[in-house]
Amino acid sequence: MVRINGEKVDAVGKSVAEYLNSAGYDLMRVAVELNGDIVPKAQYADTIFKDGDSVEVVSFVGGG
Amino acid sequence: MIPTKEEWIQALNDRHGIEFQEKISSTTVAVCGLGGLGSNIAIALARAGIEKLILIDFDKVDITNLHRQQYKANQIGISKAEALKYNLKEINPYLEAQIHTVRLDENNAKDILSNADIICEAFDNAEAKANIVNFVLSEMPEKYIVAASGMSGLDSANLVKTRKVSKRFYLCGDEVSDVKDGIGLVSSRVMLCAAHQAHTVLRIIANEFEV
Repeated sequence: MVRINGEKVDAVGKSVAEYLNSAGYDLMRVAVELNGDIVPKAQYADTIFKDGDSVEVVSFVGGG
Repeated sequence: MIPTKEEWIQALNDRHGIEFQEKISSTTVAVCGLGGLGSNIAIALARAGIEKLILIDFDKVDITNLHRQQYKANQIGISKAEALKYNLKEINPYLEAQIHTVRLDENNAKDILSNADIICEAFDNAEAKANIVNFVLSEMPEKYIVAASGMSGLDSANLVKTRKVSKRFYLCGDEVSDVKDGIGLVSSRVMLCAAHQAHTVLRIIANEFEV
C-alpha cells in the first residue's frame, strides 16, 4: 500500500504520472513529494510507487 | 518626527528581545507576487522588523486591485514593486527592499532568489504557484518556501490554516476555494492567508518549525 495525503491507496507499481492522471489531477498545478523529497515533473513518468511509500500531492487553486 | 535608526532598532529590541530581533533583521525574505497576498505579507514582515526584502511582480497597480491589495488610489499605474517599496519605507524608513519588475520564472528565479533565506509564494495563477514551488524545492533545496492555495470567497476564516507539507515546504490556505468560483477574492480572507504566511516566516526565524 502507498500512503497518499494520509490515505492508504493501492498504487504500488504505478508511476506518479499514472496515479495523478487516474486521480484526476491537473499535472500543471501540482507539487508531489515522495518520502519527503520533491519529485521533479520530468520524473513523473519514471518514478514508480513502492510498498510503504509516503506521498503528498499538493494541488494548487488560483487566487492571491 | 521620524525616529532615528537607533531608536527604531531599540523599540524592536525592547519588544522582541535582542537575540530574536537580530535574527529577524538578518533574514532575507523574498515575496513572489505583490497582490493581495504579497502586499499584505510584506507589510506584516516590515512591521515585525524584517529589514531585507526581495519584492517581485511584473504588474502595475490597477483600480481593480485596491479592494484587497495594500496600494492607494494615487498609485494606480505605478509598478507594484515600486509602489510597495514606497509604502513599506513609510512604515520603516530603514528597510532595504530589492525590487524586480519582472515575471518570475524558471529562467530568472535562481538569480533573483539566490540571497533569500525564506521565499513566500504569493502569485494568483495556479500554474505559476506550482511552477515556483517545484522549482524552489528541486533547485534550491536549502531554502524554505511558504506557499498559499485557497483563500477566495466568503467561506469561514477558520478554514484557512497552515500545513507543513515537508521539511522546508509550508502551505497556507483552505486548499480548495478557487478564485474562479463565487465572488472571487475578499480583502479580509486574503489578508488572513497572508498573515498565516508572514507568521510562518517569523516562526521559522524563531526556530519554531511545527505548525
